[in-house]
Amino acid sequence: MSQHAPILPILIPLLAALLLLLQPRLPFQRAVGLLASLLGVIATAWLTLLTDDGTLRVYALGDWAAPFGIVLVVDRLAAAMTLLTALLGLCCVLYASGGFDAEGRFFHPLFQLQLLGLNGAFLTGDLFNLFVFFEIMLLASYALLAQTGGLARTRAGIAYVVLNLLGSSLFLIALGLLYATLGTLNLADVAYRLSLPGMHHNGARLALALLCAVFVLKAALLPLSFWLPHTYAAAPAPVAALFAIMTKVGIVSLLRLQVIAIDPAYPDLLYGWLSTLALATLLFAVLGAIAAKDMKTLSAWLVLLSAGTLLLVPAQASAEISAAGLFYLAHSAFAGAACFLLAELIGEQRGAAGHTFSTGTNRLPAWSGIAFIVLAMTLAGLPPFSGFLGKLMLLDTFRGVEAGVAVWTLLLLAAFLVMMALARAGSILIWENAPGETPSPDLPAAASGWRRISATLCLIAAGPLLALFAQPVSGYAQRTATQLHDTRAYIHGVLGNDPATIQRERRE
Amino acid sequence: MELLLALAIGLLTTCGVYLVLRERTFPVILGLTLLSYAVNLFLFASGRLSIDAPPLIAAGARYTDPLPQALILTAIVIGFGMTAYLAMLALRALSESGDDHVDARQEDERP
Repeated sequence: MSQHAPILPILIPLLAALLLLLQPRLPFQRAVGLLASLLGVIATAWLTLLTDDGTLRVYALGDWAAPFGIVLVVDRLAAAMTLLTALLGLCCVLYASGGFDAEGRFFHPLFQLQLLGLNGAFLTGDLFNLFVFFEIMLLASYALLAQTGGLARTRAGIAYVVLNLLGSSLFLIALGLLYATLGTLNLADVAYRLSLPGMHHNGARLALALLCAVFVLKAALLPLSFWLPHTYAAAPAPVAALFAIMTKVGIVSLLRLQVIAIDPAYPDLLYGWLSTLALATLLFAVLGAIAAKDMKTLSAWLVLLSAGTLLLVPAQASAEISAAGLFYLAHSAFAGAACFLLAELIGEQRGAAGHTFSTGTNRLPAWSGIAFIVLAMTLAGLPPFSGFLGKLMLLDTFRGVEAGVAVWTLLLLAAFLVMMALARAGSILIWENAPGETPSPDLPAAASGWRRISATLCLIAAGPLLALFAQPVSGYAQRTATQLHDTRAYIHGVLGNDPATIQRERRE
Repeated sequence: MELLLALAIGLLTTCGVYLVLRERTFPVILGLTLLSYAVNLFLFASGRLSIDAPPLIAAGARYTDPLPQALILTAIVIGFGMTAYLAMLALRALSESGDDHVDARQEDERP
């Protein structure tokens, strides 16, 4: 049974999505959606426990061995990322079951398809298959984004779809170039062939550079990040919350490509520009966060901020920095998602003012104020929550790096400015009342429903929990990074102990 | 043959990029379609060009690389679905704002 564990995170959402198309009644949709998400959490947790023994699990689809068939490759990183996706997905489905799923008929099947695309993108060991899973993820995200109508969403949708279609074209060109020069699209095989003498084509270098461009488009690196804030701010809350992990797909793919294929062959490819642009993204996102006029836009800028921080990691290609980055990644996925959900809940309590930063009628229940403070402290990186620990680990590992001074200055400056933006947001959203209007206790507060509240609180609780269990989590991140950086083990795990014996045709 | 294909890919890409940069949604969709044609031809060329050879491996016989053809089939299906969705989205933006600009502004928002 356990040899089939790698396929489960893909099969469960696929079957659930098909099942969900059979019966459009809401109770059925909710039950199947929640059950499938719960099963997903159990399956990915099992996979994470299985892979923690340190062996690389290779699942050959249709039993065609690599490099000829498509393989799923599960190491600690892939398993942990699917677990993160599943946990986030469960919270989002629970939140959407509180009423949002009634607005669009196909929310639940589309959501499962998006989980399928995300899980597949983390698990696959083949670059063309990665493209296919990216497209599944994107197609589901287009539909989820624009499903519930409204001009703002349609408008954001058009720009988002056009940009991602261009990204897909670039992805295919990169893959064609890679296949033309190296004759393979399996990631391990690409790395192996690049290590052979005489394979250092300029064509392969160009192909890898184009692939990096596609991944940083998904991860929203600065010149390619203008789409993110208004798209995420326009998305409905539970959808935006899942989108928080979509930038992470680009970052994880880039990290894996860099560590396994690029760094051994072309160590200078990402070296100079990626750190600079990541720092620029960081600065850009902080300025946006200060200028944001409502809570959802602020949340979107904070997602961009965490993307900028995380993009510092692949450029360095060092195991310690990757480990710190992975801890920060888990923290920022939960905190970013929670921010969108809490923004909507608070917005609904404030009547006409909504989640904009203008004075409104204030009938906020006490729990939302406390939740906001905990979340703000997590996001701004104040002790004692996970944001502080994540940032501390990053700063600590960046001490010895050449760009260390710039990274330290900008990360600390960003933390300070984010704290300011969140303090302003909190004091307006929670305390400020329109003049003359005192909050009257008789007015019934808008019902949030236990599903939405518990989903939001679960995500916010991740901040304190990650801090409480920081030692086991960062220990796991260390082991993950060590395994990720063991390139030889990856190549031999996928291609067998002697890749030179694989029979291939000769290409001229 | 190589020159012809390279020229065709270049021409399609040029037209595609130009059209994608237009401000109305219909040329943008056409541009994306042209770009996807260019990409498909490019993928086709990545398996080397060989004339009059089947994509089947038989002992000793000449054959053309079958993998790029499979890749193109996948890319065509995905591109087709994406373009159809984008066309629907553009139509909805047109009906919601009465305007087919890419950023679909409403009358009162225009400077």
